Amino acid sequence: MSASFEAPLPSVEKDENEIANRATIGRSQRQIIFRRFVKHKAAMGSLFALTFIIIFVFSATGLNLGPKDAGLSIPGWWKYSITDIDPAGAIAASCNGGVTGCPTLDLSPSFIDGDGIQFGEHPFGTDIIGTDYFALVMRGAQQSITVMLIVGLLGVSIGTTIGAIAGFFGGMTDAVLMRLTDMFLVTPTIIIGALIGFRFGNLGVVPLAILLGFFAWMGLARFVRTEFLTLREREFVDAARVAGASDRRIIFKHILPNAIGIIIVAGTLLLSGAILAETALSYLGFGVRPPDVSLGLLISQYQDTFTISPWLFWWPGALIVSIALCINFIGDGLRDAFDPRQRRHISMKERQKAREAEGKRA
Amino acid sequence: MMLLVVFGASFLVYNLQAYSSDPLSVFGESTEINKDYLIAATIRDLRLDVPPPIRYFSWLRGIVAGLWGNFDMGLSRSNIPVIEILAMAIPVTVKLVITATFLAIIFGISVGMITAIRQYSRFDYGMTFFSFLLFSLPIFWVAVLLKEFLAIQFNDFLASPRIPPTVIVIASLVFGWIVAGFAGGSRRQFFTVIAGGTLFAAAVLSYVSATEWFLTPALGLFGVTFLALLSAVIVIQLITGLDSKKGRLVGFGTAIAVVLLYYPLQSLMSADASVFNVFLVFSINITVGIGIGIAVSKIDRRIYMRIGLFTGFIATFPIIIDRFLREFSGYFNSDAVSGRPIPTLGQSKDLLTPEQEQNFWISGLDTALHLILPTIALTLISFAGYVRFARGSLLEVLNMDYIRTARAKGLSERTVIVRHGMRNAMLPLTTILVNDFAGLMGGAIITEGVFAWRGMGQVFNDAIRNYDLNLFMGVFIITASLTVVANFVADLLFGIVDPRIRIRK
Repeated sequence: MSASFEAPLPSVEKDENEIANRATIGRSQRQIIFRRFVKHKAAMGSLFALTFIIIFVFSATGLNLGPKDAGLSIPGWWKYSITDIDPAGAIAASCNGGVTGCPTLDLSPSFIDGDGIQFGEHPFGTDIIGTDYFALVMRGAQQSITVMLIVGLLGVSIGTTIGAIAGFFGGMTDAVLMRLTDMFLVTPTIIIGALIGFRFGNLGVVPLAILLGFFAWMGLARFVRTEFLTLREREFVDAARVAGASDRRIIFKHILPNAIGIIIVAGTLLLSGAILAETALSYLGFGVRPPDVSLGLLISQYQDTFTISPWLFWWPGALIVSIALCINFIGDGLRDAFDPRQRRHISMKERQKAREAEGKRA
Repeated sequence: MMLLVVFGASFLVYNLQAYSSDPLSVFGESTEINKDYLIAATIRDLRLDVPPPIRYFSWLRGIVAGLWGNFDMGLSRSNIPVIEILAMAIPVTVKLVITATFLAIIFGISVGMITAIRQYSRFDYGMTFFSFLLFSLPIFWVAVLLKEFLAIQFNDFLASPRIPPTVIVIASLVFGWIVAGFAGGSRRQFFTVIAGGTLFAAAVLSYVSATEWFLTPALGLFGVTFLALLSAVIVIQLITGLDSKKGRLVGFGTAIAVVLLYYPLQSLMSADASVFNVFLVFSINITVGIGIGIAVSKIDRRIYMRIGLFTGFIATFPIIIDRFLREFSGYFNSDAVSGRPIPTLGQSKDLLTPEQEQNFWISGLDTALHLILPTIALTLISFAGYVRFARGSLLEVLNMDYIRTARAKGLSERTVIVRHGMRNAMLPLTTILVNDFAGLMGGAIITEGVFAWRGMGQVFNDAIRNYDLNLFMGVFIITASLTVVANFVADLLFGIVDPRIRIRK
């Protein structure tokens, strides 16, 4: 390295450039993005936490695929279901004059209060009629997550399709599709959601989620369209067209991979919006209906008992917040990873290290 | 073009609602003798025999008739014109939303810009986490928590308003940390500011606790003076910088003048005052501020007038708030309140005596207390978005070449950030602000439900549950046109504030 010919950069800037370059030299675009994401501590932590929550929730309740009594059904590991009623157990464990069963979850280790960490009979207590609240919360979380995933998947696929077609073909197609998008956009989601939920909420979560998904794609379609509009003017698209590639090939092989960053980022934001929207609708009574449960419904059912049995209120709320928070952090990490202008903050420690390494080399 | 979009959307929503709801379903299990008659009457009243796509046009005719003045949205199912119902509901929702929007904008943008200036500091990380947390909170959940902890427990606390020492210590430390985060500086300065802020907060809280301030709250001359000087400092720092001698003269002069006017102005704010008096107080103080600005300066008059104007305007708020607070103890002990001032439900106390309702200050205090919880809930939720957006926007601007130029030609850091940075960072924010106001109307639907306000949200709720198509379309057309108008205004504003953008003719 011919250090003597280099411009006399201020030492701080030089260190920074060196550290920043070391992360990118000799790596493919995909590797750079992946490494940037993995380095984002909050995003990685959230990814693990979210995976854990989803696996925990789905395995606790079990899965029922297909029609009732006929489809595939995997039982969960938790002993109670939302239809089991255990008044005797509830009253035995009750603390508020026998109204509701108290939570038996004990997180303090044995050296503090002598009981040790345990789940107990009803970890989250029971509700007023003696239903196990852990089972209710797990079932509710499962429903909310299902709605979130279906709405997200549908929103992303419809939004990407419409945005891609509008952005790529332009002209009349673009104008028509964008006016269509505007038409959906001027209608507040909560209004459409309430309308759909009020009519179809009793059909179960999957049909409800699919219907909601048809009204969740507008923001993403706009993002994708803008991205396609700029990408289709780029040289590599011209090159592909000269080489005789069809429209389909250009869209799928050349433009879409370049737009994937913005789709993923907007998709994660859509997910966190979807879970908040679903819980809000269920809370208002326009979403999932009893006897089935969702996290929003649980909160609306037990908000009045807050003073007597606050745990009935805390757990579903804590689950919503942790799921949405995890998704938001993952989205933030993804945005940082996909943004080529993003320069990672280089801490004093790293700077010091780089300077020491420089000293050793000299 | 946008009219066409609203037309299309309304057609879509009308048919969606008409086909998905079945007003006759309530008769399904009815055992009344005249069931058939009731069904026939419903069909006739709602014109269910006409297919929805055609029925839509008869509804549209009423809307289009608005162009020549006789606007008609049809009757609701309770035979009240939809327009009347909406005219009652809209002011309620606007009242609910407007304070929250302003608070969220002011706090969100200032915190966001400070996190951008102190990028990668502890304060930045703390606020980033906090805003992500707020992003992820369902508003109905926050609302219930606020009801429990802010309203119920605060009301309980008022029975013996002594703040426990542990609370004083923790609250003071948090306050000190936030102030230090705003101020920044080297490590040593950081800890000095933390210590100072903590001591200050602890002193105030101890005083409040010892004198049972919450039972007879008032800012007093001392509080008003302090807040007026504080607002002067902020205004001067933003407009000319504290090292400008004339800037200091105008700012502090105005603040002192406002404080001197504190007693004379009380005569304007007597028990039979109205909104007009409040307006008068504001204009007097602003005029005094501008006057001082003109008197002091010979050149650059506009800048000093601006300092006087803003200082006079902001410093008036403590005086007005002080006036409202002094009604508190009477209000607190009256029969309507009976010692539990912060309500969890509703939009006003219905037990107020006529004299109390006549009194501008008491009824204002009553409204303000009812607004506290919903406003905090709405502010918390939209605050996060502004913080993130303002931070990103300012960071983007600070990376521009013209900022480097400004620094290179030796401008002070304050000038670079305030004049060159913040002003340009505000440009993209205008679009977001306008659009958000329309979006908040949607968010108010949930908040109104939780706090039992009778606004647009409740009307909407009733419309869906009663299969009331005309009422539903009324709510829809209001929110949709609000969105469209907001978009239009945003485009116009953007063209005005940013000369690079010209609206296509």
